[in-house]
Amino acid sequence: MSLLKLQQIQKTFNEGTPDEKVALGNINLHLKPGDFVTIIGSNGAGKSTMMNMISGALTPDYGRISIDGKDVTALPEFKRSQYIGRVFQDPMAGTAPSMTIEENIALAYSRNKPRGLRMGVTKKRRDIFRTALERLHLNLENRLGAKVGLLSGGERQALSLLMATFTQPSILLLDEHTAALDPSRATLITQLTKELVAQDQLTTLMVTHNMQQALDLGNRLIMMDKGQIILEVEEQRKPHLTIPDLMAEFEAIRGEKMNSDRALLG
Amino acid sequence: MFVTIFGSVEQGIIYAIMALGVYLTFRVLDFPDLTVDGSFVTGAATAAMMIVLGYNPVIATLVAILAGFVAGCITGLLHTKGNINPLLSGILMMIALYSINLRIMGFTLENSVGRPNIPLLNVDTIFSTVAAWWGNLGIDAAITSALMGLGFEKVPKTWSALFVGLVIIIIIKLFVDWFLKTEVGLAIRATGDNQRMIRSFSANTDRLIILGLGLSNGLVALAGALIAQVNKAADVTMGVGMIVTGLASVIIGEAILGTKTIMRTTLAVIIGAVIYRVVLALALKSGFLDSGDMKLITAVIVIIALILPQMIDKYKERKRKAKRLAEMRTKVEQGGNELA
Repeated sequence: MSLLKLQQIQKTFNEGTPDEKVALGNINLHLKPGDFVTIIGSNGAGKSTMMNMISGALTPDYGRISIDGKDVTALPEFKRSQYIGRVFQDPMAGTAPSMTIEENIALAYSRNKPRGLRMGVTKKRRDIFRTALERLHLNLENRLGAKVGLLSGGERQALSLLMATFTQPSILLLDEHTAALDPSRATLITQLTKELVAQDQLTTLMVTHNMQQALDLGNRLIMMDKGQIILEVEEQRKPHLTIPDLMAEFEAIRGEKMNSDRALLG
Repeated sequence: MFVTIFGSVEQGIIYAIMALGVYLTFRVLDFPDLTVDGSFVTGAATAAMMIVLGYNPVIATLVAILAGFVAGCITGLLHTKGNINPLLSGILMMIALYSINLRIMGFTLENSVGRPNIPLLNVDTIFSTVAAWWGNLGIDAAITSALMGLGFEKVPKTWSALFVGLVIIIIIKLFVDWFLKTEVGLAIRATGDNQRMIRSFSANTDRLIILGLGLSNGLVALAGALIAQVNKAADVTMGVGMIVTGLASVIIGEAILGTKTIMRTTLAVIIGAVIYRVVLALALKSGFLDSGDMKLITAVIVIIALILPQMIDKYKERKRKAKRLAEMRTKVEQGGNELA
């Protein structure tokens, strides 16, 4: 039983113009519950397009997407996001800067229930929020009333991650969520990702430019190029995989050297 | 002088309701909504029309709020479903409302469909009803004698309108404060702050924008309905420049009281609206300005309120930097002495 199923997904941008670009050509992907898939590939490989397809920000030209057996292809983003948590690359993108930490978490808290005229932050909820924030070890639990705009990029990204996973969504999408942070903050967020995903056994898709990160995290790995999934590494093989292996695979498939420095060194 | 200031405070408190509506769109939703110029009159026209037709003024005012709410929702629909730019959606709705307002007031005539104004003399309004009850309390007489005792020569005739305004603005302020802290309120604030983010938390941003615009214009229409009743007339031109007035109130208030919390900001907006009215009244009273200059004064007040805080910030920063530089210099000198 697949939790997330992409079947024959195709998407072309600017169709019929000189700028026509096939962003995704016939993507098939199945995720079991608890799978943690890392996605690598050079710029323009279609990684972000695929994430946007799953989240509902883009709709495919052709193909079918289902979550937990339910066809969600035509479901708009805001409805689909009941099941999907998402962290963006930009640390500013996942939180509301002019609202306080507790108000931001309250927004995440009411993700999968209809929002009504109840108070967003109550005493009882505040206790829940505080306990959750303790998992980040950033002392944010004592700054519940601080505006999120005052936090550093790393703190905001940690908060985004907590908020995205707060209601234990069926699927967690991580879109290069450590790429905009300095190395020490990136390590912290990577560590938190590992912890949060493991604790709640979240089914996760993570795009990264960092090959080492792609190897360290998750139980499966896929490599994309020019709108195709060109390599799928399954659970049994992934722990033994190295960066040279990946580069050799790429050469063997594409008959050319991997040319993106960023993809190599990340 | 005292009577002039009193009059502008009385009006300012009612205009503050409109300013809170503008705050909801401009600041909370980050949506520059120009519907206000039209929906203010819609509120006034609806209330005046119903009062003249013999309805209870409270019911007339409630229907006016509803009319404003609907107008705001339509602006929201134009923007979200029609993909029309926010400014243009508001402008389109504003000019559409001009005709609609004439029609609304036209309901009072048998032989014509449109009407540019309705006088509200010799009819019961919220204010006249309260004034009648208030008169029996003897409060006015007490205040008058107290003020006379303090040496004021001219005193306001009645404090009942101020009382009505205060009661309503307190209720509205508490309502706005409460609403912006509910789950829906938080989602509306997040929509104005980071739309992409709140959509990823399963909020229907289109619906939230429509609701926010509806509520905002409901408040604006309420202000229009009350102004028509206190000034005893509704006029199709009474909404001209209302958006700038509202914006001026928001900016002045924020500049004075800041925006630390929601409760403080809503209070700031109310105080801003009152200050704006007082400044305007004093400017007119100075003698060389004519009531036709009002819009110019408004524009100047808004420009000052926008530029002054920037200049103050820059000045403060320059001072802070100079101070730090001086500190560093003394440190270096001390360090040098130690070395020697």
